[in-house]
Amino acid sequence: MNKILLIIQREYLSRVKKKSFLLITFIFPILFIGGYAAVIYFSIKSKEDKHAFVRVIDEQGSVANQLENNKNLTFVTTNESLQQEIAALPKNEDKGNTNLLYIPKDFYESRKIEFLSAGKPNISIQGKVSDQLSDIIKTNAYKSMGINADSIKSVNSDVIIASKEVLATGEEKDGQTGIAMGIAFVLCIIIYFAVFLYGVQVMRGVIEEKTSRIIEVIISSVKPFQLMMGKIVGIGMVGITQFLLWIILSTGLLTVATTFLINKEDVAAQMTQNSPIQDVEKVSQSSGFDFNTALESINFPEIITCFLIFFIGGYLLYSALFAAVGSAVDSETEANQFTMPITLPLLITYALSFAVLTDDPNGTLATWLSFIPFTSPIAMIVRIPFGVPLWEIITSAVILFATFIFVAWVAARIYRVGILMYGKKASFKEMIKWFNYKA
Amino acid sequence: MLDIRHIVKQYASHRALDDVSIFIPSGKIFGLLGPNGAGKTSLIRIINQITAPDSGEILFDGQPLNQDHINRIGYLPEERGLYKKMQIGEQMIYLAQLKGLSKQDAKQRIKFWFEKLQMETWWDKKVEDLSKGMQQKVQFVATVIHDPELIILDEPFSGFDPVNAEIIQNEILELNQKGATIIYSTHRMESVEELCDNIALINKSKKILDGPVKDIKKQYQTNTFTIDYTAFDGQEPAFNFPDLFEIVENKPGEDAKVKIKLHDGASLNNVLLALIPQIHIQQIIETIPSMHDIFIHQVTSINYLTTSPSYE
Repeated sequence: MNKILLIIQREYLSRVKKKSFLLITFIFPILFIGGYAAVIYFSIKSKEDKHAFVRVIDEQGSVANQLENNKNLTFVTTNESLQQEIAALPKNEDKGNTNLLYIPKDFYESRKIEFLSAGKPNISIQGKVSDQLSDIIKTNAYKSMGINADSIKSVNSDVIIASKEVLATGEEKDGQTGIAMGIAFVLCIIIYFAVFLYGVQVMRGVIEEKTSRIIEVIISSVKPFQLMMGKIVGIGMVGITQFLLWIILSTGLLTVATTFLINKEDVAAQMTQNSPIQDVEKVSQSSGFDFNTALESINFPEIITCFLIFFIGGYLLYSALFAAVGSAVDSETEANQFTMPITLPLLITYALSFAVLTDDPNGTLATWLSFIPFTSPIAMIVRIPFGVPLWEIITSAVILFATFIFVAWVAARIYRVGILMYGKKASFKEMIKWFNYKA
Repeated sequence: MLDIRHIVKQYASHRALDDVSIFIPSGKIFGLLGPNGAGKTSLIRIINQITAPDSGEILFDGQPLNQDHINRIGYLPEERGLYKKMQIGEQMIYLAQLKGLSKQDAKQRIKFWFEKLQMETWWDKKVEDLSKGMQQKVQFVATVIHDPELIILDEPFSGFDPVNAEIIQNEILELNQKGATIIYSTHRMESVEELCDNIALINKSKKILDGPVKDIKKQYQTNTFTIDYTAFDGQEPAFNFPDLFEIVENKPGEDAKVKIKLHDGASLNNVLLALIPQIHIQQIIETIPSMHDIFIHQVTSINYLTTSPSYE
């Protein structure tokens, strides 16, 4: 038992002390959060700062006086001819962004205008001008139909859905499908890549010990099973360390970013919409409220606990398989033919999770996949944000860990033979033979 | 020390060890000989509990081999290596700890050995920065660091230049004098006579010969002697003593030599008495087959017997 601790310690420390580990651990959240914050910051800043002059030539006659100046736009009606204005346009550049809006006589019928800019046309300015113009068209149309345009504008047609899930006990629970789906996606991606990333590290470690020929020295001191488990646990702890550091660093950075750069509502809006071109103010007004209550309705402790349990279970299960593969081959390229079929269940679940599983998290397929141990680490974690009965989670976790124990036993039997085999072309058939050798 | 009894090890269609029994006495250097693929490494792995035999048992100081014995054995495998990216000192501590030493003890003993073999400056180096020969030295120290009672060396001299081979050989002899039993596995015979007290010869998964080197050689001695001489005054000696010996080969002339085979019961003293009146005896040497000759003889004759009748 003491020896397995030594192995865990070496596997853990030798990786955590590596420069590349520190680099990835610290750079990743900085890049991620920093990049995200930068996008939000600049997109908001560009909206606030962006100011443009628009010179208007109104052939129609009634449009120009309906255009309203605001903090982004200043309209200047001109009586000069189009040619003169076009010629003057580039000269006005130093006064700020200057554009020329030409409104033809048949504007209300053709709904066509010309918008000329010195330099590259700015999409968000164009969007704002276009918004105002379409309002003018609507108002004009209502007027000609004899409808009071002001009373129409006072009608707000935005619908706020308060979706509730009725539990078997008759209780009502806030169901936030959108948020749940988002969390499910993120968790699914993290778990898929983490299981892969650290599973492959286990395989690499085994191949390294095999090719450097230290393996026989080690297993004359410890049992192959101890070495295999020590490696799996050690690398798993590296993974958990990395996750925890990422969570701490990201939360820290996010707090810093939100308090110093932007106010909270904007971030919330940005997170739901994720589209910098959208009008931030509008979005935060209509969905900011929903977002906060939605976040409160999500049971984060439960999700984080389940995530850790299923990540650990999935990682253990797959890394035991990766260890067996690593023992059977002499190089990483040779390993590819085995890693592909082994990870196929995970890959399929991963692909399914984006459509089928999140669409119908309590459907037959999703339920079955969340019990099958080779798919449950992803399938269950996708379902959990939507709410899964506790007994299902426990059953699935028990099946997962029981399968791991069985698979580790099988893998260890292949491993102990494989690590001493050199230059032999491994195949699944060969591995079955090894499995049957007496220990 | 070790009593190996009726070990059988089967790999799918290949039988690596077929009813092998060997007794390895305590405090001796024991040569485990045999050509490549004979089953030496399979046997060594069973002694190290890396694999288990299909049948048979091994007694270590009278007890059936178990996990407690692992820390009392030091093993230098033929396929050996170290973690390339790990510092030598750190790596040695790790390997010593795996053999049950405390960190403190490990450090102390590594320092002792590094000083002894002039490796002090290697502590912070990485394995990949050392030459092949230096790595072998590190590996040797790792094998003996925990002061094992039984040291198993599989081709220990491969990869060493003659100078370092000499140093390592002296270390092995010193460890043996301090009481360690040594199993020396090799297919190179040159060093066997120099080092080994006892040997076992394995070929084609079977033990074909074992015992003390002295006895084995006696078994193969043919009572043949080579005598270097000079004749008296150009007179050719007659050598006609048919009741004492027969002449195998006679080469008169400048560096005259005669090879004689004694008859059973004839004593060398009588032969000398008979020869003294005929020649100046300069040197007399018993012609004993070397371990090398015995090895070749045994292996080839067995191979001939087992492989000639059938084609696999």
